[in-house]
Amino acid sequence: MKNVLVSALAFTSGFVIMSLELLGGRLLAPYFGSSIYVWGSVITVFMLALSVGYLTGGWLSLFNPSLKRFSLIFFTSAATLYPLAMITEPVMERVFETLTDPRWGSLVAALVLFALPTFILGLISPYAVRLLVVNVDRAGNTAGTLYFVSTIGSALGTLATSFYFVLWFQMDTIIFLLSGTLLLLGFVSWMAARNR
Amino acid sequence: MKHSATMVLTLTALFITSPLHGRIIHREQSLYQTILVDDTGSRRCLQFSVRRDQRSQSCVDLKHPQRMVFTYTQMMMAGILLAPDPQKILIIGLGGGTLPLALNDLFPEALIDVVEIDGVVVRVAEEYFGFQSGEHIKVFETDGRIFTKRAVMRHDQYDLVILDAFNGDYIPEHLMTREYLQETRTLLGNKGTLVANTFSQSRLYDHESVTYASVFGDYFNFKQYPSSNRIILVSMAGLPTLDLLKARATGWRDRLRAYRIPIHNYPDRMSRNIDWDRDARVLTDQYAPANLLRSSNRHR
Repeated sequence: MKNVLVSALAFTSGFVIMSLELLGGRLLAPYFGSSIYVWGSVITVFMLALSVGYLTGGWLSLFNPSLKRFSLIFFTSAATLYPLAMITEPVMERVFETLTDPRWGSLVAALVLFALPTFILGLISPYAVRLLVVNVDRAGNTAGTLYFVSTIGSALGTLATSFYFVLWFQMDTIIFLLSGTLLLLGFVSWMAARNR
Repeated sequence: MKHSATMVLTLTALFITSPLHGRIIHREQSLYQTILVDDTGSRRCLQFSVRRDQRSQSCVDLKHPQRMVFTYTQMMMAGILLAPDPQKILIIGLGGGTLPLALNDLFPEALIDVVEIDGVVVRVAEEYFGFQSGEHIKVFETDGRIFTKRAVMRHDQYDLVILDAFNGDYIPEHLMTREYLQETRTLLGNKGTLVANTFSQSRLYDHESVTYASVFGDYFNFKQYPSSNRIILVSMAGLPTLDLLKARATGWRDRLRAYRIPIHNYPDRMSRNIDWDRDARVLTDQYAPANLLRSSNRHR
């Protein structure tokens, strides 16, 4: 049961990360265009934030790892994602006025907007590994399964967002839905932890 | 050595034997697209894709360089029926440079700003299409949206703005939204004219139409066989009457003959009728799946 739950959570984090990354490029377009350097900025920021998130998530898993604490990561990620809908315009406006080179402009804007929520989302994978590993012999197997599940989530998040979500919803609505999903899953794992 | 000579011959033969298209005289990969220059007889065309069925972006007749080869390029000149004496002109999207050259001919005193994101397109236009920037024509190599935002910050104004930015597919999505048109409207002040080149097929037609209507209200919708393009014409000073359009067209008639622009036919075809689905969703920065909508057919 715990396996299924933690895997579902890892899947969702993968889904949300890539959905957000695609939205990131779109959000920046009105101010910085949609050239390759805008995507370069977005991907750079996501990779940096995820790498620091992985490092920190692994470190956090050293201290009394539990499903309950895991759910706190989800609450935090939902809380850092939600304000994006409100702050995107003023942040981009400000950066646009300050930096004239759209390459640096898009990089700084992406950093300010996406680094924090992506960092929090990066905490999830290593923490999930710690929750599911029962012995060293099977550690690689467990990690492999989690990578598999979360990367499938990333693939589906990319596909769903670029093929359908942008056709159905406003971008703010998509951010709201992603944030709501994280909140809901945080709640589910919080309840699961309480009922153990 | 012999080998490479054979290869050149083979390649040349391949290009020559292609019946619909002529010889590719230049091919260059830019950051944004593959750029092809293709000669068929005396006609030289610019293409933005390797797909051979792709329509050309721009063509010139090398024997008669003034003549406008494409119907839609001619149609865009209808803008001068709304802006009879533009002093400041902004063109988003250079292509082969046909429009800025013609406008510079007709209005030698006007200052023309051309925005083109792709530096390779600028060089190709200069090298193969006789385009030249200078005192009266300035080229800015940047994204149209970024240029427009900065121009708004500088409080710049234009008498005539022409939106003609296309990539190999269609208009970039961030250049089709309500917010972009609002920014462009700011550049028009209270008397400027806007000319926008769009396509008339696919579901996107409805969405683009309501988006323009949401920003500009009433506008002329201009279509003409055999072109499947639709030219949108907006005037911030209010749309001129048919009589005024006809009078101006008569005035231009002889002058535009060299360009092969049948301007006297245009006023009757510039329609104010709403032939789109008014309930279609407006395109915004928040909702801009334009090129997904384009792939689905109109269902009316």
